[in-house]
Amino acid sequence: MKIVSKLAIILLIACLVMMGVSCGDEEEANELKVGVIGPMQFQMGEHHWMGATLAADEINAAGGIQVGEDSYQIKLVQVDSNELVSVPDAASAAEEAISVDNVDVLIGTIRSEAALAVQEVAMDYETIFMVCGSSETAMSEKVAEDYDRYKYWFRITPVNNTALGNLNFLLVGAVAQKIGAELMMAPKLAVFAEKASWTEAIVAAAQAYLPPQGIEVVGVWQPSDKATDVTAELTAIEAAGANMIMTALSGPVGIPYSRAWEELQIPAASVGINVMAQADDFFVNTGGFGNYEMTLNSLARDVALTEKTLPFIEAFIAETGEMPTYNAGTYDALYVLKEAIERADSVDMDDIVVELENTDYNSVAGRIVFDDNHDVTWGPGYVTALGVQWQDGELKGVWPPADGSWNGVAYEGIVDYQLPPWVVEFWTQ
Amino acid sequence: MAENIIVYGLVWSGVYALLAIGFSLIFGVARIVNLAHTAFYMLAAYLIFHLNTAAGLNVYLSVFLAIIIVTITGTLSYRLIIARIRQHESTTLIVTIALAVIFQEAVLKGFGGTFVSGPKLISGETGIFGVGVLNQHLLTFGVVLLLLLATWAFLMKTRTGVAIRATAQDREVANLMGINVPGMEMITMAISAALAAIAGALVAPLGVLTPGMWMHPLIMILAVVVLGGLGSLKGSLIGAFILGFSEILVVFLAPSGAFLKTSVALTIMLIVIMIKPEGLFGIVFEEERG
Repeated sequence: MKIVSKLAIILLIACLVMMGVSCGDEEEANELKVGVIGPMQFQMGEHHWMGATLAADEINAAGGIQVGEDSYQIKLVQVDSNELVSVPDAASAAEEAISVDNVDVLIGTIRSEAALAVQEVAMDYETIFMVCGSSETAMSEKVAEDYDRYKYWFRITPVNNTALGNLNFLLVGAVAQKIGAELMMAPKLAVFAEKASWTEAIVAAAQAYLPPQGIEVVGVWQPSDKATDVTAELTAIEAAGANMIMTALSGPVGIPYSRAWEELQIPAASVGINVMAQADDFFVNTGGFGNYEMTLNSLARDVALTEKTLPFIEAFIAETGEMPTYNAGTYDALYVLKEAIERADSVDMDDIVVELENTDYNSVAGRIVFDDNHDVTWGPGYVTALGVQWQDGELKGVWPPADGSWNGVAYEGIVDYQLPPWVVEFWTQ
Repeated sequence: MAENIIVYGLVWSGVYALLAIGFSLIFGVARIVNLAHTAFYMLAAYLIFHLNTAAGLNVYLSVFLAIIIVTITGTLSYRLIIARIRQHESTTLIVTIALAVIFQEAVLKGFGGTFVSGPKLISGETGIFGVGVLNQHLLTFGVVLLLLLATWAFLMKTRTGVAIRATAQDREVANLMGINVPGMEMITMAISAALAAIAGALVAPLGVLTPGMWMHPLIMILAVVVLGGLGSLKGSLIGAFILGFSEILVVFLAPSGAFLKTSVALTIMLIVIMIKPEGLFGIVFEEERG
């Protein structure tokens, strides 16, 4: 009798376990696993994660993603790419996320070298990978070269290198105009770009495109993206007689650059891309230096690119205390994905890709439409990006100009660009 | 441009010399190639930053505490780990690099990876021959000269210094003469770690704090001491000047190749080593092993 009782108990436990497993399977069947891949020990990765978390919470609270009669909840999986310390780690992290954690989609990455490696892994597994951090054009060129393999890749943010180059020149042009008007002198530009694959096209284009526009290029300085002291480079730029510096910096070099630029009072206005200067804590991280630096950015605190911009910024700041950087574009990525899945009415990757290609979504950063190579489209009426400047310790939107002189694009909250006072003083005395 | 090259060449040479002194000292005395040396520099930089910003301590008090903590950490690392395996050169290399990585990961987990600037001991800039130089750079250069003088005086004029030099020349004879050899080595390790911490206070605020900030300085000081001759303080100083000026020449004469400045400096080191394998002022390696 005792044996029978024991067997009954074992059978009961086994049944309960089976039911549990069965329930688990059922839950998993209604889950969409999204791997958020980024350097999670760094601010960029934290913003990847927070942007995605905000979107996932909102979508799940609103009932999830509807596919026919089924509702799918988004389950986020944090994937630490460690790409700022060791680029190869990103590929192995992506591999583990797909093959062990069984993520359905990957979003994130920042460094081009890491994003390129993750792209290959994701395409091997035919997994949708939406970049929210790298502008490397080589990734979208692969879609054109081998569509069948690379069709699962899309770029949400930032715009690609070509568009970044164009944007950089627009910002340079705006500052050159200011120098001409206020200092009554011709612009003389120094190019200060970290040595990285994403800056190559920008540097080459600056040397070819700017001189015919009346902007003399006095030299090109290319430190390592991890250089910790660039005071020698800056004094060399001063000695070369530059009154403008065009930056193309994504690595930590952006901090010592900005700090030494103001501390040494280099008499050249700084404009271009400095990813470190896009973050809210830049001013703290530089020890209070970097005022008047102008950089490209995707968002600014008081500038409404769409009706979704300011609510998102408020929600992000409420959660983190920080202004979102472009890496928080994971927020838009999840909404773009949700809409594509619902239009496809399927969770089959090939069906979703077709609908991602048909995306026309009014996002936090502007209207997202993918081009033939799955790059987010840049230009008036689409995602435009912003020129921002540090003024009195605050990041202000300064481009496109408030008067709408750039293709009629004008956003609320844009203020005038200011030349650094020490630059004005140096060249007018 | 010549004045820029001279001024910044001197400044950078001072930075490398400051980083290299402690490394050279511990090798010269204990024959330990301590690859964790710049990790102590990184640790000091982070401690100063967090004691100053998070704990709200005065920057000078933060520096003082950081030097004490790092000196204790360095001494304990030697006592508990390095001393036990120091007879095996290859093992020492691997263990000290492992220590550096452990410190890096600990800092990454403890303080996060946000890129930040360390607090400067002195702000502002000064014009020298029309070239703007940060006062922190000038302070670093001045401290290097003082530390070199102090180290020389300590080794030459004090009983402990004489004992340390005796240990460096011949451990066995020093032991027979009644010198506490392990004690001398531990004192040297403490001084070496303290010098790394001082570099953390002076050099780190010139750059940006990241958990991986120890790697590039380590490569450079290895190059400096190999070029100057392992274990020779004079050699390290001259090696620092050669590599410092090489880097600055690249920045000013080939600006678009500024990212290659370290490679150029290391190539110069390779060329010198090909011609003079023991370095400019070093002891021949074969004799060392014997």
